[in-house]
Amino acid sequence: MKQLWLTAKLDIVESLRARWFQIYTLVFGGIVALLFVFGLTESRVLGFIGLSRLLVTYIQLTMAILPIFVLITTVRSVAGDREAGVFEYLLSLPVSLSAWFWGKIVGRYIVVFAPVFLAMLGAVIWATIVGIEVPWDMFGYYTALLAVMAMCFLGIGMLISSVARTTDMAQGAAFMVWLVLLLFLDLILLGVMIQGKIAPELAITLALANPLQVFRTAALALFDPQLIVLGPSAYVILDLFGAAGYKVFALAYPALLGLLSATAGYFLFRRGDLP
Amino acid sequence: MIQFNNVAKTFRKARVLDGISLNIGIGERVALIGSNGAGKTTLIRCLLGEYTFDGSVSINGLDPRSHRTAVLGKIGFVPQLPPPLKMPVGQLIEFSASLCGTDPQRIHAIARRLGLDLEAILTRQFVRLSGGMKQKLLISIALGRDAQVLVMDEPAANLDPEARKIFFDLLAERLNDATMIISSHRLDEVSALVNRVIEMDMGKVVLDDKVADDVSLTGTVSCRILLKRFEPAFAKALDGWRIAPVDEKQLEWRGEIAGPDRLRFLGIVSRYTALVADLSLAEC
Repeated sequence: MKQLWLTAKLDIVESLRARWFQIYTLVFGGIVALLFVFGLTESRVLGFIGLSRLLVTYIQLTMAILPIFVLITTVRSVAGDREAGVFEYLLSLPVSLSAWFWGKIVGRYIVVFAPVFLAMLGAVIWATIVGIEVPWDMFGYYTALLAVMAMCFLGIGMLISSVARTTDMAQGAAFMVWLVLLLFLDLILLGVMIQGKIAPELAITLALANPLQVFRTAALALFDPQLIVLGPSAYVILDLFGAAGYKVFALAYPALLGLLSATAGYFLFRRGDLP
Repeated sequence: MIQFNNVAKTFRKARVLDGISLNIGIGERVALIGSNGAGKTTLIRCLLGEYTFDGSVSINGLDPRSHRTAVLGKIGFVPQLPPPLKMPVGQLIEFSASLCGTDPQRIHAIARRLGLDLEAILTRQFVRLSGGMKQKLLISIALGRDAQVLVMDEPAANLDPEARKIFFDLLAERLNDATMIISSHRLDEVSALVNRVIEMDMGKVVLDDKVADDVSLTGTVSCRILLKRFEPAFAKALDGWRIAPVDEKQLEWRGEIAGPDRLRFLGIVSRYTALVADLSLAEC
């Protein structure tokens, strides 16, 4: 356990000094600041006003940015470290491979999740100060959703890093994964369905298997509980899970996917050449 | 103590190690030499449990891959190329000392002996240090613990002659309790440090020989050079070895060099052979 925390701490310190982290923090902090500056809390959409409106917008933007950011930065730094000889040296020290791999994940998770969460927390604190009502249920669920989103894509990123031997390959693979997930979002699936190429059940299964779509649907469900904007697929989702059930699924499935990906990555890492 | 048993390693279709079998005992100081691509670094990585391979490697009967912490806790490693770590020097020392179960002050003490002012660079990123400073720090981390095996890849390549002398002294202090494997692509860099030479080529051991180790690691050699004429470039090279002129015309130069460095020193002098009228080396 001590080795794991040492490795996690090491990864946190390395990340805090990396340029990607500074940009990452600036992006999410900047989004919240801009949303306040442009008076989003004053505008009303679908009955949302105040901080709810800001949180809805923030999570939509986060869903667009966080996955690709986490994927690319994770594979870049892990595969880059391997290529540059960091692994050769640090893994010559007496640290177990499990402590090293999972320690890196823990450290990276903290670094990835903290700016996203702190930006949202900052918004809540500011809202409290200026007297805007805070929707705590929404804040809690969005926090859980962001935590799971970070876990999911970090796990996938670590799996790609274990498989790819070079930074270029790892980056290319990460981008492809993100692109595939993006292509299988509901709008494109809908287009495919309209053309009559695939069965509706298959399209909905694909949508439910796509973590990006799962997050998107879960975020939508908070301000559109009947999922009217999704069209007919909403019937399947709500019949299958129910509104509360889907909220749980949207947290459990991506978390499991991230954990399984990380575990697969760990076994591949342990089995192969380390540097 | 260290056993390589028919070790073979293939990258895609290239066979980098081809059935290496070696037995290295306690107290042996082995020079692992060979040209680039001979397989030295791959062999070291197999020893450190970083590569998978055919055959077996054991240190005190333990496989470095399946008993990582037990085996690597006894190995001090200095890589050829310092890793581009962004962490501050202080944290690297804390991290290494904590994993190796040693007191960070031992690392500090060795760094001080090597002439590294640690207090001034504790908060500086490791990657921002000069080549020599990085090398000194990595040597300090490797030697600042009770390692039974020291694996060093071109350890003194970036050190100035004074630091090399101290480095040899530090190695001399570990002669009785550590096995050393020193890798280099040039024998003259390490010849005086070792009592066994293993040469590799195309993934095979092509020479495995015991050598006389009459050269004391802590000894020094008194040097006198008489020049035909003054040459600034040569003067600068001699100054780097702390050999100074003793006359006004700067034709006679005297100084002391580390005993194990004599071959390396002669290599430098050989570049200016035409300028040398007389040269003498005498053990102090």
